[in-house]
Amino acid sequence: MRPLKEIFHEADYPDLLVGLEVADDAAVYRINDDVAVIQTTDFFTPIVDDPYAYGAIAAANAMSDVYAMGGQVVLALNIAAFPADMDEAIIRAILRGGAEKVKEAGGVIAGGHTIDDEEPKYGLAVMGIVHPDRIATKGGARPGDVLLLTKPLGVGIITTAFKADAADPAHVEVATQSMMQLNKRAAEAMQGGEFHAATDITGFSLLGHAYEMAEKSGARLRFRFDDLPFHPGAKEYAELLLFPGGANRNKAAYEQHVHFAPYLEYEMQLLLFTPETSGGLLIAMPPGEVEGFLARCAERGQKAWLVGDVVEGAGIEVL
Amino acid sequence: MSVQVDARGFSCPQPVILTRKALEKGQFPIEVLVETVTSRENVRRVAEKAGCRVSVEEVGNEFKLIITKE
Repeated sequence: MRPLKEIFHEADYPDLLVGLEVADDAAVYRINDDVAVIQTTDFFTPIVDDPYAYGAIAAANAMSDVYAMGGQVVLALNIAAFPADMDEAIIRAILRGGAEKVKEAGGVIAGGHTIDDEEPKYGLAVMGIVHPDRIATKGGARPGDVLLLTKPLGVGIITTAFKADAADPAHVEVATQSMMQLNKRAAEAMQGGEFHAATDITGFSLLGHAYEMAEKSGARLRFRFDDLPFHPGAKEYAELLLFPGGANRNKAAYEQHVHFAPYLEYEMQLLLFTPETSGGLLIAMPPGEVEGFLARCAERGQKAWLVGDVVEGAGIEVL
Repeated sequence: MSVQVDARGFSCPQPVILTRKALEKGQFPIEVLVETVTSRENVRRVAEKAGCRVSVEEVGNEFKLIITKE
């Protein structure tokens, strides 16, 4: 992002509330005192075999950044690349998966752009809205807060095991459903009460994204390993060392900031560095808010887990 | 005669899977060639968890893991 900061100076754009100086899940721009727009984009290559599910996952993942900022989805555009000789029916299934997911989110896809490319790619450019006083950034966590997570972990290692023909189809199905699930209800439950910070768990893994929150908040995040939820199969595939290369890249990037309790074995440590796709929200809120938040989640059929807390200091601790 | 597993050019988790297949055959020693530190560590863990001894030689930019069973 450095070239952007050389060309655009934050002081010249007072209505850019989130973006240049402190990067977050998405950019936020104030339109007036009541409305700010959230702008984000994401796309990737296929991660599951079923084209409809791929489209839905790519869309849910792209929209997740809007929810991570506490917003609602309004408008989206398709971004796609397909091989010239790709089966039309497959392309239609991918685009339908994405479109139905945006409809479920309450938004609309109003167009998009597709180019020819050897490897398929699909995702969205998304616009959302949020009240300027209700933006959920990564930087607001305070000592005393508790941490909640709204999806189990492990889709990254399960999809890697699947690509290696080593996964139980039932595990892949659960992971696929999880990736397709919108973070909409989690964001709504969060907006129903007080919160201090939020982010979504994706490619940089739980610990990478948690570290960003810790760093931007000037506090230390503490997780209890036994309280972390995992999809069925995730720990099993970790024991078999079926990690994607990204797990070690994340470990190399973040391990200097993470302190593990000595009894946590190597495989479980690496599992927490394993990239996730379309993961849940990690939310920091005052402890008094938890009961209300969990009640609002339950009303919406949204699960959430209390996974840790925020203390004075810096970095991450896993106990 | 050792069993050769050439996992160069494969990214994780393929080296792990190739090593596991060799371990299942039960013929030792097994020599595994990998290119990255990540693969070296993951292959080492897999072999050690299977109750094997592992020694590592660094050959240029590659690693040769020699897996033996007592």
